[in-house]
Amino acid sequence: MSPVKTISTAARVIRQLTHDPRSLALLFIVPPTLITILKYVFQDATMTFDHIAPMLLGIFPLVMMFLITSIATLRERTSGTLDRLMVSPMSKIDFIFGYAIAFLLVALIQASITSFVMLGLLQVTVLGGTLPALVSAVLAAFLGTAIGLFMSAFANSEFQAIQFMPAFIFPQLLVCGLFVAREQMAKPLQWFSDVMPLTYSVDAMKQVTFHSTWSGTLTRDLAVVLSFAIAALVLGALTIRRQE
Amino acid sequence: MQSAINIKNLSVILGKGFTALKNVSVELPQGQVIGFIGPSGAGKTTLIRSIVGRQSISQGSIEVLGMPAGATKLRSKIGYMPQSPAAYLDLTIRQNLHYFAKMRGLDKTDVETVIKETHLSKQAGQLVSSLSGGQKSRVSLAIALLGRPELLVLDEPTVGVDPVLRRQLWQLFRELADKGSTLIVSSHVMDEAGRCDSLLLIRDGELIAHGTPAELKQQTDTKSVEDSFLVLVEKSK
Repeated sequence: MSPVKTISTAARVIRQLTHDPRSLALLFIVPPTLITILKYVFQDATMTFDHIAPMLLGIFPLVMMFLITSIATLRERTSGTLDRLMVSPMSKIDFIFGYAIAFLLVALIQASITSFVMLGLLQVTVLGGTLPALVSAVLAAFLGTAIGLFMSAFANSEFQAIQFMPAFIFPQLLVCGLFVAREQMAKPLQWFSDVMPLTYSVDAMKQVTFHSTWSGTLTRDLAVVLSFAIAALVLGALTIRRQE
Repeated sequence: MQSAINIKNLSVILGKGFTALKNVSVELPQGQVIGFIGPSGAGKTTLIRSIVGRQSISQGSIEVLGMPAGATKLRSKIGYMPQSPAAYLDLTIRQNLHYFAKMRGLDKTDVETVIKETHLSKQAGQLVSSLSGGQKSRVSLAIALLGRPELLVLDEPTVGVDPVLRRQLWQLFRELADKGSTLIVSSHVMDEAGRCDSLLLIRDGELIAHGTPAELKQQTDTKSVEDSFLVLVEKSK
């Protein structure tokens, strides 16, 4: 592993994105726009919106980062550039960390813009304050990146990769506690949601919304999200093989 | 002469039981331009991927520059050009080269050298996505040339390149070999075969002939490499 190669890889990934302004615009504009639309969907139920919006801050960045990471790494696998890198003196860790760092930075910008719009312009109040909300959102986005990196190994085409979103993210979305409190779901679904990472990302946002201090549960939630992300990165590294 | 590559009884079975290479044995010397010739689907790319260490082999052994194929130490000695353009379309030529140079521990002067060698100075600031097919394959070649590797493994490097430039590239290959590099160049263009020091004719995963162009022509009593290939294919059936 070499810091120079890791950083160069992160810089390269970001440079690629800067040559694609439309993708960048979509990344940074879509989540705050969706939350703004929702505000007016719930115009007569401000309380409901105030409770839902922070949860979405834990979901939208995750979903979008999942998509762009899986497509970006899939491209790397299918275009021959990964072949080239795996034959060159570069370690797989440089590759994975390079991507992780680059997309973590994108996630940070995305989460900051979305939080600014939500907490500042739309005046949603979270008792926990801006910083814990931002930390939770960035970790959620990072989790999306890590899962995307891992899942891209199982897609042979961009067509398949895109469909992994409804297949693997949507089920988590249904049971994560956004639509109904998890205790009210059928038991097997509660068990399922217990082992799914999105549940913890959404729960972290609930903690930030309803607790004015940093709760023990928030620490636990974020630790779970981070552990899932690291596990997905390690598994992702295993799916990249020097020799095929 | 020391051998650059020594292949013994190599077989490669790809997924679904398809045998891509059958019992190939050959020794290739250093400092030569060696052509892998054969129709598409013959196994040229699989052989190339096995040599650079990207393909896991089912049987036999490959030694490259005195080490087993895929050895860590080989990674800085091999320049590999895969068949697809294998460059980042959303970066400029120069940005691509800088990145791959960094991965090999090289610097800017190496980048400028290969840009000149592949005649890409004018386009160096353009995004790869905006280039023509021939220009894209030259970018890919330029990446492989970075740092003057001892062994250059080029999978169809002249596809889509116009005849004038193709001649210049073959001159470059010749110069590199004269300076001591070993070049493996796959092609299905027969007039390129005549420019190689030695040829491997591959068909259906088997090595059907190996020799200099003159030897192959003599052996088959033909006037062109293309004709000798046809005769050899006929014989091997």
